[in-house]
Amino acid sequence: MIVLDFRLWQGSFTLDISVRLDRPVTALFGPSGAGKTTVLDAIAGLRTPASGSITINNRVLFDSAAGVNVATHRRHVGYVAQDVALFPHMSVRRNVLYGRREGQKLLLPAVARMLEIEGLLDRRVPQLSGGERQRVALARALMSAPELLLLDEPLAAVDIERRRRILPYLERVRDELRVPIIYVTHDRSEASQLADEVIVLSEGRLVERELE
Amino acid sequence: MNVWQITAFTIGTAGLATLLMLPAGLLLAWLLARGRFRGRVLLDTVVSLPLVMPPVATGLVMLALVAPAGLIGRLLVRSGIDIVFTWKAVVLAMAVMGLPLLVRTVRAGIEQVDRRYEAAAATLGAGPLRVFFTVTLPLARPAVIAGAVLGFARALGEFGATIMIAGSIPGSTRTLAVAIYSFAETGRDREAGVLVAVSATIAFIALAISNWITSRESTGA
Repeated sequence: MIVLDFRLWQGSFTLDISVRLDRPVTALFGPSGAGKTTVLDAIAGLRTPASGSITINNRVLFDSAAGVNVATHRRHVGYVAQDVALFPHMSVRRNVLYGRREGQKLLLPAVARMLEIEGLLDRRVPQLSGGERQRVALARALMSAPELLLLDEPLAAVDIERRRRILPYLERVRDELRVPIIYVTHDRSEASQLADEVIVLSEGRLVERELE
Repeated sequence: MNVWQITAFTIGTAGLATLLMLPAGLLLAWLLARGRFRGRVLLDTVVSLPLVMPPVATGLVMLALVAPAGLIGRLLVRSGIDIVFTWKAVVLAMAVMGLPLLVRTVRAGIEQVDRRYEAAAATLGAGPLRVFFTVTLPLARPAVIAGAVLGFARALGEFGATIMIAGSIPGSTRTLAVAIYSFAETGRDREAGVLVAVSATIAFIALAISNWITSRESTGA
């Protein structure tokens, strides 16, 4: 279970979130500027809320009252940002293995097979297409054995044809690995296809919750 | 005059100075580019000071610090280390004078590195040190090479600070720049001329190597 209860200011923009998420896949849906990415940044520890708390499976990541603010690299939160940010100076293989944790169950061949990137492992990042980058970034995040996976518009940079091809991979991650996912999108049909619950954000506030 | 001895000594001390500069320079460049702490502007200023102060003045400040009665000198004496008017003083003078060039170049290179890569590495469990060595530094590599070459070149030509804390002792602290001055001053223009030719040759080779590395880096080979 994920409990988000925090406030964050950014210029004139205010994010005020208080929500308890207990479904496997939650979609954060809303227009651009609603604060969706900011929510993910706060969960990953890339942005510090002004007040409140963030808890994942009873593990407190942030609590302003208690003075807790776990560093990003100790949060065990996988984050595939919108730009995916694959390391350009490493091969695909080194990218995917970068965050591998000691003694984790997930092995590279299994993840590579699931996301069909076996043939890409020895390529260089600049040689990848948009859809391939998305799958490699997803594999890289999964190999760090995250307790929670954050996906920021994983389908925004690819055309409709590729979208149809990537969606099944996300469904596999959801069904085979059972890592809870928070999924940001501004596409309502995408949100309902993948998520068990849709949270609608507008101007930094939760305006609607729907179970799918 | 032993041209080979002077040349080898100068290249050797400048090389050592560059090795001394690198760890300190990388740390300072990283702190200045990515750090958020009080006194950052002050640190920036202090590091850059040798760039704008007369080198002789910097040399005098260093002399006051490392001389046996100085703040740092007292500690050195206690551990039995003698610096002033030895080859170690030459290396120290070169390192201090070359450091600002190294720091400025590397810092600019680190500032160019997209922070999203560093953020991605952190979400994958990499602590600040691992992020620096596996992401930031490799992506800033051209700037690190350029900075090291600049620092080395500055060290090769160092004169003002060297003459203050190391002097011009033939065979023990006399570098190319210092020797040229000493010979010219005593009317030995022929010897000075030979050393000028040697200096020009070294500078030419250093620049050629640096240009070669830069072009190789930019083609991504």
